[in-house]
Amino acid sequence: MKPYVETIPGTDVKFEMVPIPGGTFKMGSPANEPGRSDDEGPAHLVAIRPFWMGKYEVTWDEYDILAFSKDIYKMQEQGVNLAQQSETEKAADAVTRPTPPYTDETFGFGRKRQPVINITHHAAMEYGYWLSVKTGKTYRLPTEAEWEYACRAGTQTAYSFGDSAAKPGDYAWYLDNSTARPHPVGQKQPNPWGLYDMHGNVAEWCLDRYDKDFYSTFKPDLPAISPVLVPGKEKFPHVARGGSWDDKAARLRCAARLASSEDWILQDPQRPQSIWWLTDALFVGFRIVRPLEEKEDLKGLRSQVKKYD
Amino acid sequence: MSKQNETEKPRPSRRDFLKRSAAAAVGGAIASRLGELPPVRAAGSDMIKVGLIGCGQRGTGAAEDAIKAAHGVKLVAMGDVFKDHLDASLEILKKLGDKVDVPPERQFVGFGAFEKVLASDVNYVILATPPGFRPWHLKAAVEAGKHIFAEKPFAVDGSGIRTVLQVNEEAKAKGLAIGVGTQRRHQTGYLETLKRIHDGDLGQIFAARVYWNQGPIWVHEKKEGWSDMEWQLRNWYYFTWVCGDHIVEQHIHNLDVANWALGTHPIRAVGMGGRQVRTDPVYGNIYDHFAIDYEYENGARMMSMCRQIPGCENSVSEALSGTKGFCQVNKYTLTGEKSWQYSGKNNLPYVQEHTDLIAAIRAGKPYNELKECAESTLTAIMGRMAAYTGQAVTWDQALNSEENLMPAKLEWGALAVAPVAMPGKTKLV
Repeated sequence: MKPYVETIPGTDVKFEMVPIPGGTFKMGSPANEPGRSDDEGPAHLVAIRPFWMGKYEVTWDEYDILAFSKDIYKMQEQGVNLAQQSETEKAADAVTRPTPPYTDETFGFGRKRQPVINITHHAAMEYGYWLSVKTGKTYRLPTEAEWEYACRAGTQTAYSFGDSAAKPGDYAWYLDNSTARPHPVGQKQPNPWGLYDMHGNVAEWCLDRYDKDFYSTFKPDLPAISPVLVPGKEKFPHVARGGSWDDKAARLRCAARLASSEDWILQDPQRPQSIWWLTDALFVGFRIVRPLEEKEDLKGLRSQVKKYD
Repeated sequence: MSKQNETEKPRPSRRDFLKRSAAAAVGGAIASRLGELPPVRAAGSDMIKVGLIGCGQRGTGAAEDAIKAAHGVKLVAMGDVFKDHLDASLEILKKLGDKVDVPPERQFVGFGAFEKVLASDVNYVILATPPGFRPWHLKAAVEAGKHIFAEKPFAVDGSGIRTVLQVNEEAKAKGLAIGVGTQRRHQTGYLETLKRIHDGDLGQIFAARVYWNQGPIWVHEKKEGWSDMEWQLRNWYYFTWVCGDHIVEQHIHNLDVANWALGTHPIRAVGMGGRQVRTDPVYGNIYDHFAIDYEYENGARMMSMCRQIPGCENSVSEALSGTKGFCQVNKYTLTGEKSWQYSGKNNLPYVQEHTDLIAAIRAGKPYNELKECAESTLTAIMGRMAAYTGQAVTWDQALNSEENLMPAKLEWGALAVAPVAMPGKTKLV
């Protein structure tokens, strides 16, 4: 497996994918880890199959193409006959686009190289689906286990750069250095596997539904093979990992789990509320993965969330 | 933004305050402004029986907000011009259980639905239709003697504003409470910030800069079998007669903040605008951007921009410059002689606006937000007129304008799309 650059078909926009080798690791944190929450235990062995992971968090440059149909508009401008495109292009065009938001979706933070913020778990899943249709490759959100494995990058310390929070500022944007905003991706030191902003900047959506007791369902010493808690129809809660520009250092640890909640969309004054945009989650974004060989229970997975349920 | 506060003490994480404080009555701040008004007709602990007029997504949200705002609130009647909107709304609201009691005989459809809601046993009406209808609905609701929650904006033209201002006297005489949907006036962070501005922390305000620059919003293609009127009502945003254009419908929020800070409205507007990206006929006759220079009587100037175009630098914000400092109002931050940032809990302003209104009704206290919202609406209309015609427009010209955009007949059938305004050619009426 090699790193590669993918260009979103029909655009000039590229993103980089980094190979993550298969392996086994201990997921969760030891009982004595400072800043730990109970949902990080008991720690248990997990086996992960190889995959590629986005080198960076997904930025507006990429997400805008789905959200604001930039590829379709570009083709219309160029006089392309949309009805005569390839089947994959037509299928991609047919993927439902996010309903436009009644606000500045960047919250004044700007677009260029900025991580997408404040989008729902459903939206992040649908981006992966759309990208898969466009490219013919399977792109999706990482499972919580894949995410932690990639964050640790072969280490077993609280952070991929060590046990203490002595120098998070070299690797991460967080409460003490972010000046109250997310930053363009890739400006801090990468982790040992070449991934940027795993700690901090924006917390990153994982595929899994959140269950605080999930780890107790695993045997501590028999590796679980690529575990995942598959999401269903419910809009909350799901897992977001890595902490953000708005978090204290302890929330940036590899094992720290964050559960989404209805508080994140509390200020949406419409009923039904949007299934694409949150209102209070300026600290959440996402990155994508591409499995080398998809697991059976994730093949063809789509978001089950509906606006009118 | 000054880093003064950041070096003095650690910034609290905004997420720590994500859990909202309960919707306690913020009545004090509002009541003190309204000391001159006569008391509203008290409802004590009586049931608040809500009638919803306009069952779209905001109206449905407002009904839920009212139910959640206080004890003893029930939705009992609904009206919409479209049956499918009413049905979809009721389907969502049914989840509120016994707080929603709207049997078929209290579900009203069509152009006359609002009258039937007002004739039923309601004592609190939510007016959440597209803005073009608001003045007539406000007038009818006051004549019917109901307490009112009216969504912004209040009108789409000067005629509508005059109607609204005229019924205000009757509303006061009848002791009717009127709350409005400019929810920043009920939002904790804004209230705290404006308190300091009104206390003089900025000195005299001489400049304001307000933006609502965002991407595009929804649009509906005309479907087979729809008359012109049906299409224009389903696609209402894109027709000035029913929407007011986005400077009125959306940007009013930021204009209202500036008026709130300055304690008055501008007296003159010069500006420009246009329709550059949204040019397809599906987008009716509205513009996609405006830029207006507003003048206040005391010499203060406001730079206003609003845009609904994809792929651009966005901002939804208000900034004020005064003789003693600067305020980024939407970030609750003051810098200058007194530096301060609000970092307390935030409430739910969309619920608070009903909590405050219902508390006033029950206590028989004065409550009327109509004048401020009418002024902010007219501020936006004045700016639109300046951009549409290319002329300077004064407050009096806007207020006394003969423009009446409502179609001669409200009925299903043919309705030509009004022409797109052309500066230098479109007459100021």
